[in-house]
Amino acid sequence: MIRMPAFANRGRFEALYRGMAMAFPIMLGYFPLAVAYGILSFQAGLPLRSTAAMSVLVYAGASQFMAVNMLGLGAAGTEIVLACFMINIRHIVMSMSLMQRLADLTPAGRKAAALGVTDETFALLSFSEIRSGPTKGWLLAGVLVSAYGAWVSGSVVGALLSTVIPGDLAASMAIALYAMFIGLLVPNVKRHPPALTIAAAGALLCTVLTPQVGAGWAIAFGTLGGGLVGVLHAASVPEDADQEEQA
Amino acid sequence: MPYLWIILGMAVVTAVPRVLPAFLPSEMELPSWVRRWLAAVPYAALGALIFPGILSVDPSRPWVGLLGGLGALLPAWKGMPLGASLAAAVAVVYALQWLLH
Repeated sequence: MIRMPAFANRGRFEALYRGMAMAFPIMLGYFPLAVAYGILSFQAGLPLRSTAAMSVLVYAGASQFMAVNMLGLGAAGTEIVLACFMINIRHIVMSMSLMQRLADLTPAGRKAAALGVTDETFALLSFSEIRSGPTKGWLLAGVLVSAYGAWVSGSVVGALLSTVIPGDLAASMAIALYAMFIGLLVPNVKRHPPALTIAAAGALLCTVLTPQVGAGWAIAFGTLGGGLVGVLHAASVPEDADQEEQA
Repeated sequence: MPYLWIILGMAVVTAVPRVLPAFLPSEMELPSWVRRWLAAVPYAALGALIFPGILSVDPSRPWVGLLGGLGALLPAWKGMPLGASLAAAVAVVYALQWLLH
């Protein structure tokens, strides 16, 4: 059967649009947080172009807050880069898990998607139905570019309006991202009760380790250790539960 | 540009952990326990991301984050969409901040 090019395009646009809609909770959380970062960055003395460049090139919330804080305190560059690495090492585990689900993408597509991995995009994509097929890459692009766009644009808005918006107001939106994590976890716990044991193990490990090694490493070890509980657990979670066809 | 080298250094150390797993061959056969482990990782990550981080939503009042989390929990348990959890949690935290000021 011959597929009309116009029809193929429409499928792509639909997938792109669906991805953007899926990313809406992330955008709602990222934008005000990025505004708060832009304000703090301006207060630490960074010019707009440095504030924006950091969001474009680094794209990591906790690291950027920490960096502008350390710059404000006059810390050395090597210290900042090292601390940034420690915070973000956890993404190697998340990316490895996500790549299992993106095995059917092209190698270039996998690398592009991996660059967009954050705590939030990883969590959303892990628990969303993503059908294999020619438009899968477009759906991913819709999710990842929307989240990235919200982060970068929020940073610029924050830096520009830093004298108008109170920083603590924007920062209190931080609950939005935790709400998203909870909203993703609860339906899965209802479907697969062992998931609660795994999540609780991750949370417990992270709580115990945070004062010892800092939040970045604690999340990494909590994720690794909690996942191992999933391996040992007699009734582990299904490997592709969320890829079941839903008509 | 001011701080260019620091920003570039940060860009490298954030990109490497993200992209490294994408360089592993996708058709690699992983042992069964590793696949089960990677399937459990998202659940463990959610647990570790939610707690204890949620306590720092209002660092001086850890229970504000907890109540906000409870606000997100109820709509999710009722099977309502993600946006309902977000709206409920934000409403709870805003109401609490407003009452406390």
